[in-house]
Amino acid sequence: MCLGIPGKVLEVRGDTAIVDFGGLRKEVSIVLTPDVQPGDYVIVHAGFAISKISREEALEMLKLLSEVVNSIKVPKTSSR
Amino acid sequence: MTDEYRQLLNLLRSSEAAGTVVRDIERLSRGIDNVKIVHVCGTHEHTISRFGIRLILPKNVKLIAGPGCPVCITPASEIDAVIELALSGVAVLTFGDMLRVPGSELSLFQARSRGADVRVVYSFLDAIKVARSEPSREFVFFAIGFETTAATVAPYIALGKVPENLSLFVSHRLIPPAMEFMSLLRHGADAYIAPGHVSTIIGCKPYEVFPKVYRQSVVIAGFEPLDVLLAVKTILDLTKRGDVKLVNEYSRAVRYEGNVLALKYMYRVFEVVDGAWRGIGVIPQSKLCLRSEYRRYDAVERYGISIRRGIDVRPGCRCGDVIVGRAVPTDCPYFAKVCTPNNPLGPCMVSMEGTCRIWYQFERTRGGEVSERERATEYLYNSSS
Amino acid sequence: MSELGDVITLVMGAGGVETQKLVTSLISDVVKRRLGPLGLDDFDDSAVVEFGEFKVAITVDSYTIKPVFFPGGDIGKLAISGTINDLVAVGARPVAVLDSIVVEEGFPLGDLARIAKSIQDIANRYNIALLGGDFKVMPKGSLDGVVVTMVGLGVCEVGPLSDSNVKVGDKIVITGPVGDHGAMVLAHQLNMLSEVSISSDCRPLYELIDVMKRVGGVHACKDPTRGGLAMALNEFARKSNVCIVIYEEYIPVRESVRSLAELTGVDYLELACEGQMVMSVDAEFADELIEELKRYGFSEASVIGEVREEPRGTVLLRTSIGSARILQPPIGAPIPRIC
Repeated sequence: MCLGIPGKVLEVRGDTAIVDFGGLRKEVSIVLTPDVQPGDYVIVHAGFAISKISREEALEMLKLLSEVVNSIKVPKTSSR
Repeated sequence: MTDEYRQLLNLLRSSEAAGTVVRDIERLSRGIDNVKIVHVCGTHEHTISRFGIRLILPKNVKLIAGPGCPVCITPASEIDAVIELALSGVAVLTFGDMLRVPGSELSLFQARSRGADVRVVYSFLDAIKVARSEPSREFVFFAIGFETTAATVAPYIALGKVPENLSLFVSHRLIPPAMEFMSLLRHGADAYIAPGHVSTIIGCKPYEVFPKVYRQSVVIAGFEPLDVLLAVKTILDLTKRGDVKLVNEYSRAVRYEGNVLALKYMYRVFEVVDGAWRGIGVIPQSKLCLRSEYRRYDAVERYGISIRRGIDVRPGCRCGDVIVGRAVPTDCPYFAKVCTPNNPLGPCMVSMEGTCRIWYQFERTRGGEVSERERATEYLYNSSS
Repeated sequence: MSELGDVITLVMGAGGVETQKLVTSLISDVVKRRLGPLGLDDFDDSAVVEFGEFKVAITVDSYTIKPVFFPGGDIGKLAISGTINDLVAVGARPVAVLDSIVVEEGFPLGDLARIAKSIQDIANRYNIALLGGDFKVMPKGSLDGVVVTMVGLGVCEVGPLSDSNVKVGDKIVITGPVGDHGAMVLAHQLNMLSEVSISSDCRPLYELIDVMKRVGGVHACKDPTRGGLAMALNEFARKSNVCIVIYEEYIPVRESVRSLAELTGVDYLELACEGQMVMSVDAEFADELIEELKRYGFSEASVIGEVREEPRGTVLLRTSIGSARILQPPIGAPIPRIC
């Protein structure tokens, strides 16, 4: 439904913030996420940060997924 | 947060992780007959088709695109009204999505080549900047999209930051009512993949009715390929155990209560009314419109637009049934003959993520057997290093 | 003609299927359609004319880019680079150009001088003759800025290389990162150009003639301009009636270009390149071609795929998660979307 891209907040300027999307910096509105700080990751849709990424949830998912992938020396999807 | 999040994103796009989850999906899918998973999101369909996900799922796991992209479900009558406005000299600001969708006859794209001032904007904020930069000109913003986009439009209206020469043609719709409509169909979905970004706004609560009342699991998923694969795996796991649940896979971005501030702005500016969906009909309490105290921003009122009945779907076109998974493109007499990506008749052929557009890409022959091209894609998938 | 509608639309100028349909219908009655191996019906980057044992390549192109001055160049540099690249793409060494400029009344003379200088600097650098041209001024408001049209003349030294010359078993090589120019134009359309650091890759690829002569084995060559890599590969597959398989993880693309494409919902494989070449090369010569390209400064030159037989006329993309999909020829120019 809605294209949303993760980006890292670099700087907060009132109701906008400068966000880095990987080699690309852009100003976005944070009127919907006023509590974001530099270093936070946000989801940006149509020029607005609509959600702040939860650090804990992201780290947990990273741990879970890495364990699953590293535990079994998994063949690439191609050799099913 | 240092860059663990970048590591997570890379993992969510890696073939190692995909290989793991696909192996689990295959194991879980044995011994189950067809599982019909419906998603209601153009961006999910984009991830699915861009990463060729249907190809690596077992044959008995069907992944179907439901009514979830504004291109497919915005009624022709509304597109006609905006085109009429554009041709009458009001400048129209729109997201790119709506440019090529046919109304009853023309699309905004064709209206532009007839002299209408139609411009693409990336955000409502840009629309406000454009209107401020040309104060003598009148602008209308074509406000399409679901809760996520409505949440980006509402605050600047509520905060009184919309210039006088800018009004809105409001065409925002809500996702849960569309899912509920799907659940009332006889052979509806076995389970849903719910759109992650709508859910960042509305949270998890509105989906609870599906496992409770309709016995359908719902998994809220993000938009990386692994998010979709993990959602499919979770659904198969639940199906295997005969369980029905609401699961939030996109927990890194979606909180149970959603974005409370965004909801506050949204429902201060908009109220919910019954809404027409192209090819489907009227769905109760499924559309947003401006509350009376903000009517001065409503283009319909400002320009006295009369929304006349439009030709939503040409006679014989099956987009309405395809949108809700009741028919497949090859059931339609126009498919891949008169109706092609270069000459789209119905919305499902226009939208980059429309089911008909995806089927045309794979040139599926009548009766839906796998086409030569699709076999080749499978051949590529099986044989390469 | 009726099936095309009754007015010109923007998509008809985007170099895709619509452009081809319109142009084909306009030139249907032409009798003399070729004077050598490449003519009207080949829709190749240049035509090739035969005079006895002497083969000459000739091409014409118009440039209407907005903005006229952009990060990475200007309409003048773009015009002569595009002309040189169209000649190199058929295996010809560029030797001369003629240019026609149509400019709007009130256009700053200083800007026009800068454009002219860009053209001359590149012509002089490669010892290319500027044989003549034309200059017209149109009343204010009847033309938005300036249009540069350029004719290029080249001497065939390799091939001639035609898009229908791709062979099964060939490797597909790209000279560097894709999509820079298209991303810059997209950022400008959404007035994000000042915010994002993306510039056009617009540059002449004159040296590729020497590379291709020294290494050999190149069967086909194309500059992936309008419609980007997706369009160029589909042209190869369709005209040579082969299947081209490419691997997403091997395609070089700048992170900023990929991010802008994701932000605006556009496929970076459809974004124009104005300083790259995609080549189909005999498998035995592929590694040597990559080494030679790197010696000429194409540091990110890469093998991105190979040519198979079936299914004919198709481009298959192997995705980064290891599955596969069909890479469609783009329809019209990439349009940003939010859904």
